[in-house]
Amino acid sequence: MSETALNTLQQRSFFLRNPSVLVFLAILSLLTLGATLMSEAFGIGLLSTSFIKTLGKTLCLCLIAIAMDLVWGYCGILSLGHFAFFGLGGYMIGMWLMYERTKDIVVESLAGQALPPTPEEIRDAIGTQIFGVVGGSEIPAIWYFADSLAVQLAFVVLVPGVLALGFGWLAFRSRVTGVYLSILTQAMTLALSLYLFQNDSGLRGNNGLSGLQNIPGLTLVPQAVISVWFLWASALALGLGYLLAAWVVSGKFGNVIRGIRDDEPRVRFLGYPVETYKLFIFTLTAVIAGIAGALYYPQAGIINPAELAPIASIFLAVWVAIGGRGRLYGAVIGAALVSLLSSAFTGGQVPDIPLGFATIQWVDWWTVLLGFGFVLVTLFAPQGIGGLVDQLVRKGDR
Amino acid sequence: MGALLEVSGVSVSFDGFKAINNLSFSIDTGELRAVIGPNGAGKTTFMDIVTGKTRPDSGKVEWGRPGRDLLRLSESQIARLGIGRKFQRPTVFVTQTVQDNLLMALKKDRDPLSALFYRADAVDLGKVEELAVEIGLQEHLPRLAGELSHGQKQWLEIGMLLAQDPQLLLVDEPAAGMTPAEREHTTDLLKRAAQTRAVVVVEHDMEFVRRLGCKVTVLHEGAVLAEGSLDAVTSNQDVIDVYLGR
Repeated sequence: MSETALNTLQQRSFFLRNPSVLVFLAILSLLTLGATLMSEAFGIGLLSTSFIKTLGKTLCLCLIAIAMDLVWGYCGILSLGHFAFFGLGGYMIGMWLMYERTKDIVVESLAGQALPPTPEEIRDAIGTQIFGVVGGSEIPAIWYFADSLAVQLAFVVLVPGVLALGFGWLAFRSRVTGVYLSILTQAMTLALSLYLFQNDSGLRGNNGLSGLQNIPGLTLVPQAVISVWFLWASALALGLGYLLAAWVVSGKFGNVIRGIRDDEPRVRFLGYPVETYKLFIFTLTAVIAGIAGALYYPQAGIINPAELAPIASIFLAVWVAIGGRGRLYGAVIGAALVSLLSSAFTGGQVPDIPLGFATIQWVDWWTVLLGFGFVLVTLFAPQGIGGLVDQLVRKGDR
Repeated sequence: MGALLEVSGVSVSFDGFKAINNLSFSIDTGELRAVIGPNGAGKTTFMDIVTGKTRPDSGKVEWGRPGRDLLRLSESQIARLGIGRKFQRPTVFVTQTVQDNLLMALKKDRDPLSALFYRADAVDLGKVEELAVEIGLQEHLPRLAGELSHGQKQWLEIGMLLAQDPQLLLVDEPAAGMTPAEREHTTDLLKRAAQTRAVVVVEHDMEFVRRLGCKVTVLHEGAVLAEGSLDAVTSNQDVIDVYLGR
């Protein structure tokens, strides 16, 4: 390559330097359009509402996989706690959904009374409705802003962001790296999950938040329509998230975090404040995870503390490893493939195999299959599926 | 010219082993200095202390005039002050191109936001080009650093140090594992670099040190054993004892 060609390569526009971003956005748009045209609400009805929801949820999982790829695949921080941020995002939006929805129901049921209900009466009734299952009727202080969509949306970003900032500041400042950091992040998500399991956590203990698919103010809109709206929102979020991630890793910042992954002391001796970079990327990805969670749980309908269990974050790392870390589309491929297969196998779409002496029930055996697949990928395609794609593209170039 | 780096009375021990023992040492602005010594003399530990990797148990390390205490600063802060370090093994970013390696090292704001919005302009690319010519890698700019030969990687790392534009360069065994021709090129590089900044070279190879033709400091058991021209120190009886064994 001549010098001028090299220099223009550096100065060319973002999209020309990253053609895979356009390919990804095109595929995502086509998929969303196709799903819409085949949906019950806006199309020929080939795809059921629940499948549209599965698709929408898958897109959210792809978004958190991108976050995981940024923090692990590019910056080398094997966080095994990013699902905590995902769950927190879900809880924050869930509080508003549940509070407002319950308020609508309560106001409706009290409307028949001779005297109009006072605000205190409404509040008491909401409290009893929501917290009756954990033996309470008081609305906890953390629900103070639950009637404000704007505030809860801000919390979707702020709560995971601030938690990641505090946790990351403590961990990175003390130079906790490698497997020790992974263990610390596992401890964080486990602690959060155990706390949320408590009945007096203020978030309904093991019951979690439910009925999240019912959007306040949109009770007359059928779920078939809402599911497509959420599919669009998820696709938009994934598209924007992919663009942001691709932009972040495309320039010098991307080279610095790749440098931190490959040789952290060297980056430090070049004068870069490594801890600040790590904190930046850790917090940014926590925020992306929170947004993904806030879009996921209204489609899932329910969130409970089991969602934040340590295993969830480990699965996230497995998706990214299978898809191929250090390449954004790899993370998307891994998350989409594994989570769709997972819902097919555990959702009864794949017939069980009777062996005579025993029956392979996929609900139980799926994890075995996944583990086996993970071992195979690690052995034969250490760069993941994305690595295989890269090899094919390179062969095509020759 | 005043002292650029002043190390006084520094001691550090690892599990009771005194790696550096009351070491005092100073480098003037623009000076080229070779540091030699047998294995375990504390050469690398000395670099670790100056660059902030190791904290000494006692002593002072001061930088410039008025003297700034380096012991309070982190590795990256020290690097930003103007001390560049080359490691024994070539450490370049093997998954990135030669050009990206040099661009990353180029003296610029080091905070995340600046890096995020940084785009290489013609001036910076020109500087990188100049550096590449200087280290003899102008043909290799688009290649991955991992594809370079051992000697080329060493030069790339020296180029990255020059890109940082430091006032003091600490170079750890730059000629290790090089062919004679490569050594000659490396000597020239370091001598040219020393025309505009101070360079400290740690080296085992006497022939290499002779070619540098500069003042030599001999370290032994964590302290300065002798200092002077190469001929002076090699005829020093203490130095002969240390190198040949008593």
